[in-house]
Amino acid sequence: MSLQEWFVSSLTPPRFIGLANYWKILLGDPRFREAVARTVYFTVLAVGAETILGLAMALLFNREFWGRGVLRTLAILPMVATPTAIGLVFVMMYHPTLGVANYLLTVVGLSPFRWTYSSQTALYALALVDVWQWTPLIMLIALAGLASLPREPYEAAHIDGASTLEAFWHITLPLLRPALVVAVLFRAIDALKTFDIIFIMTQGGPANSSETVNILLFNQAFSYFNLGYASSMAVALFAVVLGASLILIKVRRTASW
Amino acid sequence: MVRRGGARRLLATAGFYGLAVLFMLPTIFVFYWMITLSLKPQIEATAYPPSFVRFSVSMAGYREVFTKYPFLLYTWNSLVVAAGCTALGLAIGLPAAYSIARWRQQRLALAILVARIIPGIAYLIPWYIFFRRLRMVDTYGALILTHLIVGLPIIIWVMISFFEDVPADLEDAALIDGCSYFGVFWRIALPLVKPGIVATAILSFVFSWNNFLFSVILAGRETRTLPIAVYNMISYEEINWGTLAAAATLITLPVLLVALVAQRHIVTGLTFGAVKQ
Repeated sequence: MSLQEWFVSSLTPPRFIGLANYWKILLGDPRFREAVARTVYFTVLAVGAETILGLAMALLFNREFWGRGVLRTLAILPMVATPTAIGLVFVMMYHPTLGVANYLLTVVGLSPFRWTYSSQTALYALALVDVWQWTPLIMLIALAGLASLPREPYEAAHIDGASTLEAFWHITLPLLRPALVVAVLFRAIDALKTFDIIFIMTQGGPANSSETVNILLFNQAFSYFNLGYASSMAVALFAVVLGASLILIKVRRTASW
Repeated sequence: MVRRGGARRLLATAGFYGLAVLFMLPTIFVFYWMITLSLKPQIEATAYPPSFVRFSVSMAGYREVFTKYPFLLYTWNSLVVAAGCTALGLAIGLPAAYSIARWRQQRLALAILVARIIPGIAYLIPWYIFFRRLRMVDTYGALILTHLIVGLPIIIWVMISFFEDVPADLEDAALIDGCSYFGVFWRIALPLVKPGIVATAILSFVFSWNNFLFSVILAGRETRTLPIAVYNMISYEEINWGTLAAAATLITLPVLLVALVAQRHIVTGLTFGAVKQ
């Protein structure tokens, strides 16, 4: 199918055009290239923030305290909540003149943003929703990892006069790495696939500023009914994601973490 | 000295809880905002500055959702599809995971992982053509089958780890005593992995319930699920925030309630692949 020119709405049957669609992807379609760059940028931004925040929260909450159960419950709520509904709520909160987000910003003395309503900030505003939704996952995985750490290295380090920061850097982080790597890996894969939130909130706009590969593909296939070209993009995307995952799995297996 | 030490500890505790609240505030606030917005009358929902605590409660939003739209039908559709997808997913996934775990079929495990990794949109185009040819667009069948792709890999992937923990000696003993392979699976392995089954069933249900991408293309007038219904409302109800928030609350609430009741299981399901190596 990816080797055909095929518009579903037109009356002409699918026509075989060989690899032309792939050449178009590789060379002739700046929109696709921009979408790829945007997708990667979105993923790095969101997952990076989630990792740092999630790890910080896990370190903070890694102790016995009153309300642990409440915290755990609160942590899973954003992850299971329907993305469509969440996107909808954020659209209302992000509204430039009536939204509560800008109101809160002005209360603390900052100037209001245009969030998803401006091509300059749309992608960041969307990444923020992703961070809101998925930071708890990193936190939960890191917490589970922290709970399984042995006590002895810390005692030894303490005797040797290591500071808390040194202990964190040289003991906690290396021991936590396997769990963290898997968490980040899965999160990155899912962030690359993000569709619901973006489609609900901006549909790739304004002015294509938040059009990731998924959105572009969806629009090509189901708005323009350009199924042949969309298929070749799907195959390309499939190959890239698959390749990246296989490399990561291999790296994970061979590296001596 | 004792008093000063006590004061410092108190301060540290206060600081800790302060930080904790700060971190959890965004989570709480979004849900709080969604629910309060759904209870506000039209004028107050779009009032600026917005009111946080004091507002008059109105059920107009909810009334509108049920009277202007066939919301009960959408809820029923969502339920049927999510339950069907979960039941079918368990029926296929449990034996598959058992087989992979018991006979160490690593390649199959990798294939499952790949299915989990591939973007849903890549499946959607062939499916669209496929189900259109079969005239199955706008049927529960098409939705349940496609939703399997979000539920099944999770079920298999998590259950593999659970089945691997079932001691092989136990199974071998049963085999020697004349139990069939299916008997071992049914009477020995399955009861031992019950927590895993609950966890994956819940996750599969939730993911299917939340799915937007497949349903937006493959559902029609009769089988439209809740996320699609809510999405369609956005274009009609641009301004009526109370109604939109009511719809958002109605679709999220069942999932949140499930999460509250079964939080331990959900945490297990979501973090299992990462922590247990």
